[in-house]
Amino acid sequence: MNCTPDEYMTVAAARLLQGSQVCFVGIGLPSAACNLARLTHAPDLVLIYESGTIGTRPTVLPLSIGDGELALTATCVVPLPEVFSHYLQAGRVDVGFLGAAQIDRYGNLNTTVIGPYDAPHTRLPGAGGAPEIAAHARQTFVMLRATTRSCVEKLDFRTSAGYLDGHGARARSAAPGLGPRALITDFGMLAPHPLDDELQLSALFEGVSRDQARAAVGWPLRCADDVAAIAPPTAAELAVLRDLQQRTREAHQRPVSIPLG
Amino acid sequence: MPLMTLDEAIGTLVHEGDCVALEGFTHLIPFAAGHEIIRQRRRNLHLVRMTPDLIYDQMIGMGCARALSFSWGGNPGVGSLHRLRDAVENQWPQPLKLCEHSHAGLAAAYCAGAARLPFGVLRGYLDNDLAGHNPAVRRVACPFTGRQLAAVAAINPDVTILHAQTADRRGNVAIHGIVGAAREAALAAGRVIVTVEEIVDELAPAMNAIVLPHWVVTATVLCRGGAYPSYAQGHYQRDNAFYQRWDQISRDRAVFSDWMRQHVLQTRDHRAHLDGLRAAA
Repeated sequence: MNCTPDEYMTVAAARLLQGSQVCFVGIGLPSAACNLARLTHAPDLVLIYESGTIGTRPTVLPLSIGDGELALTATCVVPLPEVFSHYLQAGRVDVGFLGAAQIDRYGNLNTTVIGPYDAPHTRLPGAGGAPEIAAHARQTFVMLRATTRSCVEKLDFRTSAGYLDGHGARARSAAPGLGPRALITDFGMLAPHPLDDELQLSALFEGVSRDQARAAVGWPLRCADDVAAIAPPTAAELAVLRDLQQRTREAHQRPVSIPLG
Repeated sequence: MPLMTLDEAIGTLVHEGDCVALEGFTHLIPFAAGHEIIRQRRRNLHLVRMTPDLIYDQMIGMGCARALSFSWGGNPGVGSLHRLRDAVENQWPQPLKLCEHSHAGLAAAYCAGAARLPFGVLRGYLDNDLAGHNPAVRRVACPFTGRQLAAVAAINPDVTILHAQTADRRGNVAIHGIVGAAREAALAAGRVIVTVEEIVDELAPAMNAIVLPHWVVTATVLCRGGAYPSYAQGHYQRDNAFYQRWDQISRDRAVFSDWMRQHVLQTRDHRAHLDGLRAAA
């Protein structure tokens, strides 16, 4: 099956979601993966976006985290402080699905700055909901296109905690969630080593070698004892994803009438 | 509550140097009010918003702001806010002091402000670098268990500005759809301006809907289309294509300045602004 790396990673990420899990969804690749899962094997997933839309079932992917589509198709819409305090902090979220600009070998995330905080080379958007999603969701999945600039030995800024310095540091911390259980990249997946928490290669896409994976990661990448093969997207999965993306592109480009003042 | 025109409300209620929050989470962003602040050349403002969005990109690029409290500063689904970045990376058009939170933290700060508590508490800012760069985030021990919690200094804007769908003639305001932290930001403020799509004789009873009662609202302003290119559920959609186009408009200082001159400074009011955009489309 011919597909792009983005499609492969979206399908691989979607397959991680099961049953009626409650997912706190980040925008971009995570949003595509969560909705693909909902439209294929996991129709009972409960998707929450930080705009306060709970149980939303959008027919096109939102461009922003608060598109009207999310509110119109939601079970309920609650104020934003409530989503973070009464749902996320209260332990009512199973999976947090995040993206990031940088990740380190222990799954810590940077979405704040490249370079020093007070004189950044690149100012990134910042934290949003991520720090508390990373802390409180029972587990998190992270999606990131891997390069030696995005998968780095050391972060410029730690916006959201993963496994901290590894070796059980997170388990000893105040964070209730388990942390990042999977990093889904455009070559395959990394998962924490059971003893020291370092992200290691756990599964590869078809046609990708271990050397290619090592070259895309900025730390010396170790391999799990058993590196699994991730089956390519099926024709059915790809059809649903492409249909969703096509509907989304059309919707986002469709001219809206500018209101009269 | 007095029904005002927008230029009157901004002219009398927003002062040089104020702490100003224009809230509305993606939905109901008060663009018209932000543009009027730019037209009236308010300076040295401390701007507060969870997601600065295009309106603060415009206000920062036009030199309205000395400081920004925020929790996520991107163009949603598109990329960077280039004017915000230029201010932070190159101090253009002036330096911008950042007070940077997470969403959960800024929401807690608004809630504390609304309740006139000195700080909000949350189990947040765990093991990350945000607290170290923001003096408004500290640690406190729970007085009952001794457990460590994050404390965020309350935010009490001098003025909060919202856009909403409907107000009645007394100034009661009804909001539906995504509400973000709009209610908390309004109740935390010293003065509240609400621009609305329509003013009706009487609001339908709505026991659990979001309503700001008239005596917490300082001024209501009839301003149709006041949230465009953001949206007002039930009235008009978010102009996602405009958000995508903004990426190009805002990338270059000269292109940005020309756009602002043509579409904001040289337009009399929001109606003229929208007419201009419609003519250019």
